Amino acid sequence: MTAAPVLELRGVSKRFGAVQALTDVDLEIRPGEVTALVGDNGAGKSTLVKTIAGVHPIDSGAIHFRGEPVRIARPHDAQELGIATVYQDLALCDNLDVVANLFLGREIRRHTMLDHVTMEQRSRELLDTLSIRIPSVRIPVASLSGGQRQVVAIARALVGEPEVVILDEPTAALGVEQTAQVLDLVERLRERGLAVILISHNMADVQAVADRVAVLRLGRNNGVFPVAGTSHETIIAAITGAADNAVSRRRDRISKAGDEEREQEDPS
Amino acid sequence: MTQPAPDPRLLVRERGLAGYVTEFRRRIAGGELGSLPVVVGLIIIAIVFEAQTGTFLTPGNLSNISVYIAGPGIMAVGIVLVLLLGEIDLSVGSVAGLSAALWAVLSVNQGYHDLLAIGLAIVAGAAVGLIHGFFFAKIGVPAFVVTLAGFLGWSGLQIWVMGNEGTINIPRDSLVRDFTTYYFSDIAFAYGLAALITAGYVLALLRTERRRERAALATRPVTEIVLRGALVALVAFTVAYTLNQHRGLPLALVIFLGVLFAGHFVLRHTPYGRQIYAVGGNAEAARRAGINVARVRLTVFVIASSLAALGGLFWAAQAGGASKSLGSGNLLMNVIAAAVIGGTSLFGGRGWVWSALLGTLVIQSITTGLNLLGMAAEIQYMITGAVLLLAVVLDSVSRRTQRTAGRT
Repeated sequence: MTAAPVLELRGVSKRFGAVQALTDVDLEIRPGEVTALVGDNGAGKSTLVKTIAGVHPIDSGAIHFRGEPVRIARPHDAQELGIATVYQDLALCDNLDVVANLFLGREIRRHTMLDHVTMEQRSRELLDTLSIRIPSVRIPVASLSGGQRQVVAIARALVGEPEVVILDEPTAALGVEQTAQVLDLVERLRERGLAVILISHNMADVQAVADRVAVLRLGRNNGVFPVAGTSHETIIAAITGAADNAVSRRRDRISKAGDEEREQEDPS
Repeated sequence: MTQPAPDPRLLVRERGLAGYVTEFRRRIAGGELGSLPVVVGLIIIAIVFEAQTGTFLTPGNLSNISVYIAGPGIMAVGIVLVLLLGEIDLSVGSVAGLSAALWAVLSVNQGYHDLLAIGLAIVAGAAVGLIHGFFFAKIGVPAFVVTLAGFLGWSGLQIWVMGNEGTINIPRDSLVRDFTTYYFSDIAFAYGLAALITAGYVLALLRTERRRERAALATRPVTEIVLRGALVALVAFTVAYTLNQHRGLPLALVIFLGVLFAGHFVLRHTPYGRQIYAVGGNAEAARRAGINVARVRLTVFVIASSLAALGGLFWAAQAGGASKSLGSGNLLMNVIAAAVIGGTSLFGGRGWVWSALLGTLVIQSITTGLNLLGMAAEIQYMITGAVLLLAVVLDSVSRRTQRTAGRT
């Protein structure tokens, strides 16, 4: 599966004052693929995503969208291109119902008035195609569970029919069941042929749904791995920068301690 | 693929009457009281005062109440909009006084045409709102402080505008006088308006239901439409009958209802109304959705001050003229109290314009009832204060219940 990348970053750099947040970062995002973006805190994941979303314009480098060089200077530019971002805080209005949240800022009008009926109909269709189960679209978002709020936020990103969807830590703060719901939804986005960028700290989630993992370390590329056939350790090593790191040392120590315990229990 | 089971906390309304009962219970348990307490309160107030005075429910008294609520009620509509943003406007009393003073000086002393003077007074109100909105939305000064400064500043300007005159009485032939003294005495007007409101309500309901049916969405059962229509008709025609027993349909009530319907339409059916709720619910989310938050805030303050200016003219008409102290005293607190008592949350994002009607009805009923009982003003202050406190307690408690019920 080597479709042409829909979004391509080449040599992107970004500096905030004295901090070089991104240095020569390359990234290719393909349709029908989930690309996980991983890295330790401060590796530049959020900055990279914000350059794509138009929150922070890039200092140097190039962004190509469907092969054409583009300039993304404002969030509006990214939306125009078809890049939708779901931020970690979801940005939902708790007092408004699901329909109102889905169409917030792009309400469907009929004779300049709000078209409640069409918006509700479209909401149902959208939620149905994503197999999102919310019994009523007319209840305030405040009364939804965390997982349901997350799927509503993702569904909202799809109202504008984007080609690229960026999900910032969609499963942080969710329970097991809700995480599974969100991961199911991410898979359905891929089935619909969307290019998905998934930022996550959770390696289990990444290995469950991602096709490729792009690792950032200290603002630079540190490898892109196909998830199938890449071990957990390899990715951790790329994130931390060495095979000998706190995670592997801890694992070694624990397994060694386990061995010793077994030896003591079983003196034969 | 297995479907995740529907969350049991999310109840879809069951069919039929049983559905309404469970829905109602769920709402009460979840703390979504809305305007229910105030309707119950109004009924209690009416029963208590009628039992005490025996004259509270006479057509004359009720008709007077319907006239007195117009001024504060129109101002309260503006406050409802500001509260929906999660903000407060402390200047409406001063703006009302300033508007009355401007109108009186222009119309009575300077001899401007009445309509022009009224228009200029309202434009002055809009300008005041523009100043408040600019400092709040563009500069970022808290609305509380901006309007507190306005509260002092505009009443200063009001006294300055009045100049050497202590009071300016309203001339007999003035249009502003008609605001609270003109009645459509032909009984056809009151009944016609009642019929119009009922028919408009039922037709709008039917039209929506037909569109929903065509879109294959859940529709209301026919019994619900009939019941709703019957309830609206009952209230509208009872009011019309009562008003016709006295002097007919008051112009004040017609204008107040016009403001209420306009406010309801804007909030419920226009993108702008939706934006007000969104900004009040989560300003950052609204900004990211592409809503111009500063513009929404600024315009809401302009509307609130314009309505305060219009309400001030009613207040002057009721007082018989403009004065240096018109609009001071408890007008401001009564207006804010009315919006809150009516069920609009102080915390933003929840409420509707009809709380302006319900809240002013409560406050005016208490004032009128205590007047009939011959209670002194100090007692009225204390009782109104207690009612306001009760309303805010209900608001806070229902908010907390909502939070424990998973509805922040």
